[in-house]
Parts: sequence; C-alpha cells; structure tokens
Amino acid sequence: MSTLTQEAAAESLAQRKTPKTKTRGALVNKPGWLGYTFLAIVMVGAIYPLYWAFMIGAGDQSTITERKVIDLPGPHFFENALEVISSPTVNFWVAIGNSIIVSTIVSISVVFFSTLAGYAFSKLRFKGKSGLFYFVIATLAVPTQLAVVPLFIVMVNLKLAGTLPAVILPALVSAFGVFWMTQYLEQALPYELIEAARVDGASMFRTFWSIALPSARPAAAMLALFIFIQTWTNFFWPFIVLDKDSQTLPVALSVLSNNYFDDYSLILAGAVVSILPLLALFLVTGRQLVKGIMEGAVKG
Amino acid sequence: MTTQSVADERAVRLVAFRHTINRWDVKVSPYLYISPFFILFAICGLFPLLYTGYVSLHEWSLIGGEGDFVGLENFQFVLGQPKFWDALRNTFSIFLFSSLPQVLIALVIAAVLDTNIRAKTFWRMGVLLPYIVTPVAIAIIFGVMFSDKYGVINTLLTNIGLPAIGWHSDVIPSHIAIATMVNFRWTGYQALIFLAAMQAVPRDYYEAAMIDGASRVRRFFSITIPQLRPTIIFVVVTSTIGGLQIFDEPRLYDQFGTGGADGQWRTLTMYIYNLGWIESNFGRASAVAWLLFIIIIIFAALNLIISQQISSGGSRAKK
Repeated sequence: MSTLTQEAAAESLAQRKTPKTKTRGALVNKPGWLGYTFLAIVMVGAIYPLYWAFMIGAGDQSTITERKVIDLPGPHFFENALEVISSPTVNFWVAIGNSIIVSTIVSISVVFFSTLAGYAFSKLRFKGKSGLFYFVIATLAVPTQLAVVPLFIVMVNLKLAGTLPAVILPALVSAFGVFWMTQYLEQALPYELIEAARVDGASMFRTFWSIALPSARPAAAMLALFIFIQTWTNFFWPFIVLDKDSQTLPVALSVLSNNYFDDYSLILAGAVVSILPLLALFLVTGRQLVKGIMEGAVKG
Repeated sequence: MTTQSVADERAVRLVAFRHTINRWDVKVSPYLYISPFFILFAICGLFPLLYTGYVSLHEWSLIGGEGDFVGLENFQFVLGQPKFWDALRNTFSIFLFSSLPQVLIALVIAAVLDTNIRAKTFWRMGVLLPYIVTPVAIAIIFGVMFSDKYGVINTLLTNIGLPAIGWHSDVIPSHIAIATMVNFRWTGYQALIFLAAMQAVPRDYYEAAMIDGASRVRRFFSITIPQLRPTIIFVVVTSTIGGLQIFDEPRLYDQFGTGGADGQWRTLTMYIYNLGWIESNFGRASAVAWLLFIIIIIFAALNLIISQQISSGGSRAKK
C-alpha cells in the first residue's frame, strides 16, 4: 500500500517536473527576491485592511483614538459582534438568511438556464443561432443598472417591491452564464454522445438532462460559485427595492453604519462579521475560484 | 383480417404521430432552451432601459406616478444643475484613479506570478482574497481608515512627518480614497485574468527573445503586452462599464451617504438615486440615467479604440 502511494507520488512528481523544464527555461523565469518582496507587499495590502478592521472591532470605543497602526486585537470582539448582531435596528440573522436564500436560488437558476441555453447554442442546430448568440454577448455590455427607475416601477406594479422576489427575479438568468456554458460545452460534450442518446429514442429534453447536464458539471460548479459571490455582495438594487424586513446582508450592514457612526469598534465588528460567511466559502473553494477566473479569461 | 389491418393502421399512425412529435421536438426545443434568457432580459433589462427614455420625458413622481408629458424639460433641468456636472466630474475622476493604476499593478502582479515561484496557489489565493469582501464592508472599513481625524492612513502620514490629508473634506483626496477601495477589491482579480493570458503566450517567443539578448523588461514590453492585447482591451472596457456606474463605495464612504457636505464624492449613480428616491422625481432621475447611459457607451467605445491603437502600436515592432 505504502509503496504504491510512494510510486504514485514519485510518478506525479516526475510528471510535474518534466513539463516545467520543457516549457519554461529555468533561467528565464526564476523570480528574484524582488519578486517575492513585491508579492509580499501586495499580500499585506490585501490582508492589512481586514486585520485593522478586526483590531479596532475587537477594542472599545476609545481604541480608535489611540491611533495605533498595528496592535494585538483587544478582548471585546465577541462582545461587539454580539451587540451588533442583536441590535434592534437591523435583524442580522434574518439578513443572513435572506442573503443565503437569494444567493442560492439565483445560483441554481442561473446555472440551470445557462446550461440549457449553452447546450442549445453549442450543440443544437436552429435558425438564427449565431445572431442570437451575438445578441447575448452584446447584452453583457449594456449597463442595465441604469434602468433602475422603470425596474422599480415594474416591481411596484407586480406587487413585488419590498420582497425578496424583486431581487431574485431580474437575476435568474445571466448573459455571462450563457456565454460561459456555451464555451464549455462546445469542447467538453462530444456530438457522438448526443447522437447515441437520440438514436436510443431519448427526447430532446431527456438528452439534455442525462447527457449534457452531467458533462457540464465542472463548469456549472464554478459558475454557481461566481454567481453566489456576485449575488451575495450585490448592494445597489437590493438597497433600493428591499424593505426593512427583507434586507440582505450588505443592506443591513449599510443601515448599521448609519446607526452606530459614533462607535467605530461596533461598526467595524459588524463589517468583519459580515465578511465571515464568504471568507469561510473562500477558504474551502478558493482554489476553484482561482481556476475559474483563469479559465474564463482564456476563453473570454 | 380486418382487425389486423386496423391494428396495423393504428401502429402506422402512432409511428407517424411520434415522428411528428419528434420533428417538433427537434425544431422547437432549441428555442425553448434559450427562451428563458431572452424573456427575462426583455422584462428586466431591455424594457426598463427603453422605458427609462419614456419616463425621462414625463413628469413622474415616486408616489404619484406618471404625470404630464414635458418633452426635454427634465434633461434641461438636470443639465442646468451644478450638481450634475460635479457628479460627472467625480465619476470620471474616481474612475481614472481606479482604472489606470489597477491595470498597471495587475499587470505587474501577473508578471511576477507568471514566474516559477514557490507556493503558487497560496499567492494566487492571497491576491484574490479581497474579491470576496462585500463592497459595502470595504467602504465602511476604508471609510474609517481614511477618516480625517483618527484614520490609520493619516496616522501613518504624520508618523513619517507628512501633513495629514483631508480625505473626506477635500475633493481629489476623497476620490483617491474611493478609488483605493475599488482597486483593493479588483486588482488581484484582474491580475489572475492577465496571468491566464500570459500563460497562453507561447514560451518559444521568450526563448527566441532571450537568445537575441532581450532583457526581462524588454521582453515584457515587446512580447507580453502585445500578446495580451485582447485581454487588456476586455478588462479596460468591462471596468469602464462597471466603473462609471459606481455607487456602493461612495455611498458608504461616510455614514450620511450623500456624497459629502458639498457633494465632493457624489457620483452620477448616487445622483440618480437622490433624484429618484430622496426627491422622489423619477422623471429627472431617468433623464440622468439616460445621459449616463450615453456617456458610458461613448466612453467604452472610445476606450476600445484607444486601447486597440496603443497595443497595436506595441505589436508593430514584432511584425
């Protein structure tokens, strides 16, 4: 057993090494201490604001006046976080619940409809296909955020203003998602599989469901991750259309910052707490996220 | 005998029926599959966008709804407001402070990440970390960091003997602070996009250049940048479209959300919000939305042309 794993490890090591020396001249691409220093500085820039917020958020009202650049965090973080979470002005737990509901529904819907449309655009034949596909791509460039006024009027008329569906409905499909899945299925799904299913008498939808959907899984997972983060961090439209009782997390956070402006440690504790759910997600899926951005970039 | 033929006929009809169903299935299914996108885009994207034009030509209040047709009066009104021009200036200023440094720094980060470094995944995840932070939280944190009185940025400045800066009270410093939030969230993300594009550049180019004795810097400017041309254009255009609509960061830069006492950092999208939901004048809000829409289209096209020209100028040497 152990020799087997050792062998496997040696093999993977060898595999890892050969392409490196082949594709990259070792001399060309060795980063010097300058490269590492630069990356370290970038890293500090990425982490320091968050640490500083935690440091102040773990203190009390006077911590900010000490004007320390860096310090060990004080002992009050949980106390402050608890005060923010149980604040009467916003319902933090409900806001987190709302954010989970909205982000989950939107992610599932975008993935499903994008895979469906991506399957049609990449593998099915129909009139007007390329024109319609270009239209989808063109909508990526349309700043739809500017249509908030009529969108608000539409939601009021549908009696949805102030409720979660007002945020969910416009986000159920995504041009980016359609583009992404089309690109992926184009190369990942062989025509032979589809034809085999059709010859066996499977209906069009059955073919999609049992052939296309499973092979779309890797790209679908990444798309879901991106849409989840995008929906979770979204502010402008939820801020406009949601009620006091239906706030998502960023909206609730914005209300908090209005109410506690005299106590920085409370505001910052709230900000740090709001980061935690996505931070946990990032620690688990960060690798996939990096991969997804890089794969999307090559295709895009 | 007769029963047999009836059964046969039935079977034939059934097959024909199935055949028809199947033909319809093949014909109609593709349209059905792509229809959800088009239907929802029509309702929640295209229609509201066009309807913005209709609303902008009317007197229209948040509560009262549609009023009289007023022609271009709303446009005349907002174009006569100093607030509009201030917001336009702020929007562009913040955009310039964010887009240019962001692309440059992201290119350098990508170039370093593209080398044979240790712990690749660690660095890549590290630069991406800020992307998962909500802009609202970023704005709150940076709003305090850039606080005129107790902010850590001014503390740092005074510690090294420089004068404190009015990050909230002055116009340009407030724009720099807000642009810093945008850069904080997006630079690492853009760097990964550039990194992916760099890795797609054939390594032979670099080797050939090395043999010719080109320095590392020279290789970067003569090979990497021209090869990255489509990616750079893509990043610049998308960040233009997003950047000119900026709202979250300036809205939460202080606790009042009005863009400063004199509107130092009030952007056009904030102005749309104020007109529509504070002054409850949907007509004027729509007029500004249309103006911003036109500005974005023009500016994105302009950016496309400029960045195309710059990067093709760089690649001429190669040809």
